[in-house]
Amino acid sequence: MQAGMQAGTQVGTQAVLRTAPQPAAQASSQERAQAAGGDGARKPRVTLVDVSLRDGSHAVRHQFTSDQVARVAAALDRARVPVFEVSHGDGLGGSSLQYGFSREPDTRWLRAAVENAPNAQVSVLLLPGIGTRRELKEAVELGAKVARIATHCTEADIAPQHIALAREMGMTVCGFLMMSHMISPAELARQARIMEDAGAHVVYVVDSAGALLVEEARARVQALRDALECEVGFHGHNNLGLAVANTVAALEAGATWLDGSLCGLGAGAGNTQLEVLAAVLDRMGIDTGVDVYGVMDAAEEVVKPMLPRPIVIDRDALVIGYAGVYSSFLLHARRAAERFGVEVRDILLELGRRRTVGGQEDQIIQVAYEIAQRGGARSSA
Amino acid sequence: MAVGVAILGSGNIGTDLMYKVLRNPHLELRMLAGIDPASEGLARARSLGVPTSTAGIDAVLDDPDIQIVFDATSAHAHLKHAPLLKQAGKVAIDLTPASVGPPVVPAIPREHDAWPDNISLATCGAQATVPIVYAIRRVAEVEYAEIVATIASKSAGPGTRQNIDEFTVATARALERVGGAARGKAIIILNPAEPPILMTNTIYALVPEVDPAALERSVQAMVAEIQRYVPGYRLKVPPLVGEAPDGRGRLVTVMLEVEGAGDFLPRYAGNLDIMTAAAVRVAEQVAAARQAPAA
Repeated sequence: MQAGMQAGTQVGTQAVLRTAPQPAAQASSQERAQAAGGDGARKPRVTLVDVSLRDGSHAVRHQFTSDQVARVAAALDRARVPVFEVSHGDGLGGSSLQYGFSREPDTRWLRAAVENAPNAQVSVLLLPGIGTRRELKEAVELGAKVARIATHCTEADIAPQHIALAREMGMTVCGFLMMSHMISPAELARQARIMEDAGAHVVYVVDSAGALLVEEARARVQALRDALECEVGFHGHNNLGLAVANTVAALEAGATWLDGSLCGLGAGAGNTQLEVLAAVLDRMGIDTGVDVYGVMDAAEEVVKPMLPRPIVIDRDALVIGYAGVYSSFLLHARRAAERFGVEVRDILLELGRRRTVGGQEDQIIQVAYEIAQRGGARSSA
Repeated sequence: MAVGVAILGSGNIGTDLMYKVLRNPHLELRMLAGIDPASEGLARARSLGVPTSTAGIDAVLDDPDIQIVFDATSAHAHLKHAPLLKQAGKVAIDLTPASVGPPVVPAIPREHDAWPDNISLATCGAQATVPIVYAIRRVAEVEYAEIVATIASKSAGPGTRQNIDEFTVATARALERVGGAARGKAIIILNPAEPPILMTNTIYALVPEVDPAALERSVQAMVAEIQRYVPGYRLKVPPLVGEAPDGRGRLVTVMLEVEGAGDFLPRYAGNLDIMTAAAVRVAEQVAAARQAPAA
């Protein structure tokens, strides 16, 4: 079975029409075709982006080997996934005591990915404040073609330097608005405009906490679709079991770049499961260009044997979605709970109450320490 | 006798600095110079009896009794100011990220080093964390130091936002050059929570081994030293000693917060307060050195 055998549904057509206007300040048609990952003649309507080797890095505590990267990259390439991302979970330069040291430098992972993917474009993630333009330049030299510049959803204005550099270097650039559940659709759209104005080809609604309900995901994508000329993307997490449903809602609201990962490998309860999404989109008649059997095989035969633990919605992952906490806090909170003799759930709920944002892993230690000082009560949540 | 000083820049930082200088018995504020006649900072200065000018640096250069000049303008402007101040024989204390002079953190003893004529204050993240790295360094070899500075979104102005790479790179360099770490890394995070959060800082250090009691004493002594000029500088988590991630050596973790004095800037903006407080502290030290008989 091949994907896209019934192209041209109502949804897919709308998605294309909505992205049609191309004012001078925005991407040229060629760039846009490149951004969509196609050759223009048979341009897929939706660009699927695999994040197994980036968001998945959180789930393996950044311990991928280049050999594993090479095998996943080759499998994704064979399955005709147009774009896949390779970086430390917290982006280029993320290797640190705060987030966990990488087993190997980003540069080695990138080299392994590029060498094993003759067709797919390799993406890198960069969080301004963690990584810098220097790492982005290195990544381009190694063959990265797509840059995703991520900020907390209210802080888009720390990204323009990085977006502009990525554009200058000829990359396809995505703005990545993390923790999108924390602000209203209208506020999110205002932030998205900052990224579009800086030169982003795509701006993403990123549900980092896996906290969005279906209607909330739809409303945010819709708000961006109405406010922007560029393409809109959606990146989901499955902490509330809604990742695929939210991604479909995002598509219906006009998102054309959709993220997923093989076996759902990612932070928290994992990402939108790519092979499931590919199958669902195929059933919906959406042309993604991806070989559905190919991604199923890549998940089952290549990634599944690498999993350190099953990617499931266990109690702690569910609390992350329920409390609206950054998904990659999960394993850090488990370690802190053990170290200080307190309950994981108490730490996570307190982090939600303090409105922590992505990257504040040090707060996990502080919260666990403070709960322990107060008597370390393992209370019921 | 108080030493004559001037402030360049009548924005938020310059205005906060004015209040701190006016309270300091060792410094005499002779001028607040801006370029915008409608500036609120200049109006406040006039109401407090501080001489003002809208001619920028020119008025400051013309006054021979001004010995020390705080530059609270912009990196771009400081690059123009630096040679003019040097030519006029004035010491520049630079609060911008221009990095003309070597980075300075006043809590760290200078031993026998003479003061340069251009003193570049290390970043706010460095002001808050480099002293702790130095305190760890007093009792252990620091192979690697990493800091995470989290500040309220509202306290991060356009200068910080447009130069975030420069901030992390400069802070990492200060961890090495001033703090004494063999390698440094800095991370900055903006948090938009309301009400705004206080500046919080986490310092991680990898050391081969360390005596926890000596570490605690060294860190506590440094916190007390900083509290002399930043009263709202507080330890949140005292030095924790754990195993390094690779199992070789120890990982030291220290967490602290910085509440501003609220002179003009809001209290949550500890990241800005620690800069103006450090600037005044350096000016005091320079003034004392100038008045001491030559050795």
